[in-house]
Amino acid sequence: MFKEIIIPIAIFAGLGLVFGIILAVASKIFSVKRDEKAEKIDDVLPHANCGACGYSGCAAYAEAIAKGEAKELNLCTVGGEPVAKHIGEIMGVDVVAKKRYVARVMCSGSNQYSKKKYAYHGTADCLSAARLSGGDKMCPNACIGLGSCVSVCKYHALSVIDGVAVVNPENCVACRACVDICPKNIIQMVPYDSNFWVCCVSAENGPMTREHCDTGCISCRLCVKACEYDAISINDFHATIDYNKCVSCGKCMAVCPRHIIHTKKS
Amino acid sequence: MSISTVLIIMFTAIITENFIFSKFYGCCPFLGVSDKPSTALGMGMAVTFVMTLSNGVTWIIYHALLERFNLEYLKTVAFILVIAALVQFIEMFLRKFVPALYNALGIYLPLITTNCAVLSAALLDVQNEYNFITSICFGFAAALGFTLAIVVFAGVRARLDVADPPKAFKGFPLTLIAAGLLAMAFSGFSGINFS
Repeated sequence: MFKEIIIPIAIFAGLGLVFGIILAVASKIFSVKRDEKAEKIDDVLPHANCGACGYSGCAAYAEAIAKGEAKELNLCTVGGEPVAKHIGEIMGVDVVAKKRYVARVMCSGSNQYSKKKYAYHGTADCLSAARLSGGDKMCPNACIGLGSCVSVCKYHALSVIDGVAVVNPENCVACRACVDICPKNIIQMVPYDSNFWVCCVSAENGPMTREHCDTGCISCRLCVKACEYDAISINDFHATIDYNKCVSCGKCMAVCPRHIIHTKKS
Repeated sequence: MSISTVLIIMFTAIITENFIFSKFYGCCPFLGVSDKPSTALGMGMAVTFVMTLSNGVTWIIYHALLERFNLEYLKTVAFILVIAALVQFIEMFLRKFVPALYNALGIYLPLITTNCAVLSAALLDVQNEYNFITSICFGFAAALGFTLAIVVFAGVRARLDVADPPKAFKGFPLTLIAAGLLAMAFSGFSGINFS
């Protein structure tokens, strides 16, 4: 009776002990030296694992920095300046934080302005709609407005308002997930500080754009003439602002007959 | 025992008595990590690796230790202990010596410590009175069947993601229905008989 209890207990305790010792020894023998710096940097990083830095995750980026393989130390857009400074302290170098960027959807063609070529009844997903002759709006560079960018954004920075996606710059961390998923390639990165951006990337000429959309750049060059700093140019039939030259005076916005130069304040 | 017995055991484990579709073992990882074919394949590889090894080790433990002391009734406890320790050991070993494989298996390796498919393979060895070689082959084949099921199902789910079902079916309900249909399709193999 006593034997039947004590033997199993002894055997299982022995088994556990043997396995424990084997694992303890193995953890010493097989221990992999992890870089102290990598661990410290990993603690500093925001652990959003968004991939904005170009590495597969925060841990991978930390390891790359510690090994000296990372191109730059300020690639984390989510953490921004404080994280870049922390990493600089750990690595013992000065790091200049990157300018803060936010994503902007370069389309103003909401439902009331843009004309449609057909009525889309399908999966509520831009990627599917884009395969049907590039979406339901006539303009080939129009926002489809089904919100693929909204669903891919981890930071709730995007919303679809009246058929066009809009970015809330306060929530945007510049991870570029929306830029990558947009089938129309109309989401661009704009410096957070710049007050004005041209909210249209129509590559069609003026008359065509006028036919397809009640707003939208017709390349009339009024803004180019109004700009005193030579910051605006017309490329591919739409105006583009050079953010390095722009001083946010707002003169271009005032003259635009199509009201597609947007500002943060509005 | 001939080579044909081994082949029959392996074929049965992969197709006719597939762990997921006919025995319903390991349904948690089957539903949990079948979002993408690539992650499904990673999970399948990890299970194959661990199941093959654990079947060999549990066979030794059972016949060398439990049988000798008439402790067969404690095999479930013993096997869980062995498998958990083994997975830990394998993980450390791989991280040191085969980092490429360690990175490929990644998070899936510790996840399968308590996968019931791994335990059931070890228990079935005992139940079916397999010898050492057939035990290992059975574990390998059962895990291959698991991999087959999870990869096939990941392909199905990729298609379900872009489908536009009624709202009540969206997401998990449709996934479960699809799993049931696949299991039913696999039940078509059950008529195959080698005896």
